[in-house]
Amino acid sequence: MIRYLAILAQTLAAVALAPALVGFIRWLKARLQGRTGAAPWQPYYEIRKLFGKEAVVSHTASWLFKATPFMVFGTSVAVASLVPLILAPSDSFVIGDLFAVVYLLLLGTFFLALAGLDTGSPFGGMGASREMTVVALTEPTVALSIVALALNAGSTNLSQIVARTIAEPSMALGPGHLLAFAALFIVTLAENGRLPVDNPSTHLELTMIHEAMVLEYSGPYLALVEWGAALKLLVFLALAANLFMPWGIAVSLAPAAVLMGLVSFIVKLAVLAAAIAVLETRVAKLRLFRVPELLSASFVLALLAVMSTFLAR
Amino acid sequence: MNFESVLRALTAGHVEVTGVSTPRPNELHCRVASSQIVHLCDILARGLGAELILMAADDRRSAAGAFFVHYVFAHRASDWFLHASAHLDAARPELRSLAPSYYRASRFEREIRDLFGIALSGHPDSRPLVKHGFWPDDYYPLRKDAVRTEFTDDGQPFPFMPVGGEGVYEIPVGPVHAGVIEPGHFRFSVVGETVIDLKTRLYFTHKGTEKLFEGREPADAVELAERVSGDTSVGHALAYCQATEAAGHVDIPPRARFLRVIMLELERLYNHIADFGAIANDTGFAIAHAHCYRIREKLLRVNKQLTGSRLLRGSLAIGGMARDLDVPADLSAQVGAVVADFDEMVTICTNNTLLVDRLEGTGVLGAELARDHGVLGYIGRASGIDIDARRDHPFAAYGELRFRVPVFTSGDVKARTNVRVEEIRESAALIAQACRQVPAGPVQAPAARPEPFAGACGIVEGWRGRIVHWVMTGDDGRLHRVKIVDPSFFNWPALSYALEGNIVPDFPLCNKSFNQSYSGNDL
Repeated sequence: MIRYLAILAQTLAAVALAPALVGFIRWLKARLQGRTGAAPWQPYYEIRKLFGKEAVVSHTASWLFKATPFMVFGTSVAVASLVPLILAPSDSFVIGDLFAVVYLLLLGTFFLALAGLDTGSPFGGMGASREMTVVALTEPTVALSIVALALNAGSTNLSQIVARTIAEPSMALGPGHLLAFAALFIVTLAENGRLPVDNPSTHLELTMIHEAMVLEYSGPYLALVEWGAALKLLVFLALAANLFMPWGIAVSLAPAAVLMGLVSFIVKLAVLAAAIAVLETRVAKLRLFRVPELLSASFVLALLAVMSTFLAR
Repeated sequence: MNFESVLRALTAGHVEVTGVSTPRPNELHCRVASSQIVHLCDILARGLGAELILMAADDRRSAAGAFFVHYVFAHRASDWFLHASAHLDAARPELRSLAPSYYRASRFEREIRDLFGIALSGHPDSRPLVKHGFWPDDYYPLRKDAVRTEFTDDGQPFPFMPVGGEGVYEIPVGPVHAGVIEPGHFRFSVVGETVIDLKTRLYFTHKGTEKLFEGREPADAVELAERVSGDTSVGHALAYCQATEAAGHVDIPPRARFLRVIMLELERLYNHIADFGAIANDTGFAIAHAHCYRIREKLLRVNKQLTGSRLLRGSLAIGGMARDLDVPADLSAQVGAVVADFDEMVTICTNNTLLVDRLEGTGVLGAELARDHGVLGYIGRASGIDIDARRDHPFAAYGELRFRVPVFTSGDVKARTNVRVEEIRESAALIAQACRQVPAGPVQAPAARPEPFAGACGIVEGWRGRIVHWVMTGDDGRLHRVKIVDPSFFNWPALSYALEGNIVPDFPLCNKSFNQSYSGNDL
């Protein structure tokens, strides 16, 4: 029972923390560009503002349009509850399976693309078509890079992978591990609409991918979509952080361990977020038709990671 | 300038011109029968290598019982102008169209049809240009007897030529955009992500600017000219002042001529630097944008220090300057520091392969297309057209200053960016020269009353390209008709051609590299 409560608590913590993560990246990017920038907690104000606004829905939109924000937010929360964030209790705890995570993430994206098509706005359709192109190339990479770890750990349970990495730290420095991390990091950028694949801060409707799909959303619906997207980014970063560098994560429910888990979680997120901010300041957006090249490269990295687990045996 | 050879060529081509005069040394004015316009244009444009830079109609039914249409041809290599006027019947005005043989006249003629109700015979394009569908049928605002009535949008869709075929779909964009930019409607026909056709619908910001000039005292219209296009205050005001000065045969004191150079180059600098940042920003490289805006801000403060206005307004006047400017001793040093700062940003950007990859080969405008459209400014110079009014038709003090006109031939976004970068350096050098050479002395020559109903031109190389103002005063010395040609008027149609075969997400980048004025085009 207490274990379920603990999972619930860590999921809520992730939901609460997600906007700050996005705000932190934006703030750091502004500082790196020599601007003052909005404070890292600005997204909380934005979400509150959006919840207080009226939602405008196109006359041609069906139930799908209204259901999608809940699907997006819901799947993000569900995934957040499945992945090891602060806690990774190792004993026979069944939830937290790799395949569940990958397909839940895909479900949210699938609905978002449908909603983009639903309103009949040309931008929604354009965004949906581009997103599907990107997702078709990223999802296999997500699965494959985690499989590389799962092969070493002998389980597709994420908590097991974490436990195994902690038990055998030498494994984490193996080439397969690093390749898989690189693959997952590239995919994290692509899946979350970051540079160099998509520009999260653009106002140019013709270049958007993720933003084009959600262009028709307003008010509370938009708040849910944005919050869900922030949570998805947090989940991806948590996967990258905890599967590859699990040290600090709480393996028991002792207060000291949990506190340590929380602190290390925030530090790891901050480091990865800073990496994204620095990267986004350094790179320009790729030409759309170059994106598949980047994603194929990340797939190859993941494939090499899997192969290296066999070779290393 | 001796116009013998020009007149001989016209006679040889059986074009009869009357009322020949040379009000200014390099300007020939003449009248021609409207039936002979096509021949005249043929001889001038094809035979002599001059080009049509402006067409303007004026409604003189009350004074002379006719509509007049004026054609200004310019010869760039030998710096002469030919100003031909044709009169049209007051009751049933009809103009023989040049468009079938000379594309550059096409949009001028459509504009005249929409605003004056002058019919065009033989024009291949029957679509309105300025007029939006809901204007009353008999409303021609530039006629002197036009009565302004209230009318509103009827909500009817505007027809575009449909593009058919399997997998072709349309993306309508604008006139309201996601960013804070001027309004324009773009209709893309695409297959997948590839653009196969782009149609542009402009004139959402048609404000009747030319009509607002009419009836004003020439000196009272400088302010209005400064506001033709917000980012080109100096360019348009200077072109207007020069046109009015030409009409009144006013000689500008040397100090004013040099001050005008400094102002025009300062305007070029802040706009080009902002553009460079904006182009980088459209590739997602926001840091260049942030820094270019910081540098632009420094320049705006220099502007404020020099003229009291961040956008350099309120200093130009007919006959010279409205007041003397106190040029700071360190002006060229300040500008030099700003450009050094900017050069560092250029190095950072050109070393970024991702960014350069986005610019290279994007939105190529071939030299032939560019020539056919008569493309101006940095867009022309990026496509191999060696054109710059500062050198071709020297004005202000440019005849006494040394500068280079950068020309690139690849015609892509990168070339358009590079032209700007080079011009920024040239501008800084020009400001330094002008600061060294600016003499002391008066800055204002006394105004003279221009001859009534004699057109006069002012030509300025603004930061976007050649700006032409054409001014005609009436019997009372007030403005009878002012025609403005912003470079964007020539450049807009070329954008559609540059985009062909590119992908949709590259459009904003192409568009930014053109960076055209909506306000200056729509007037």
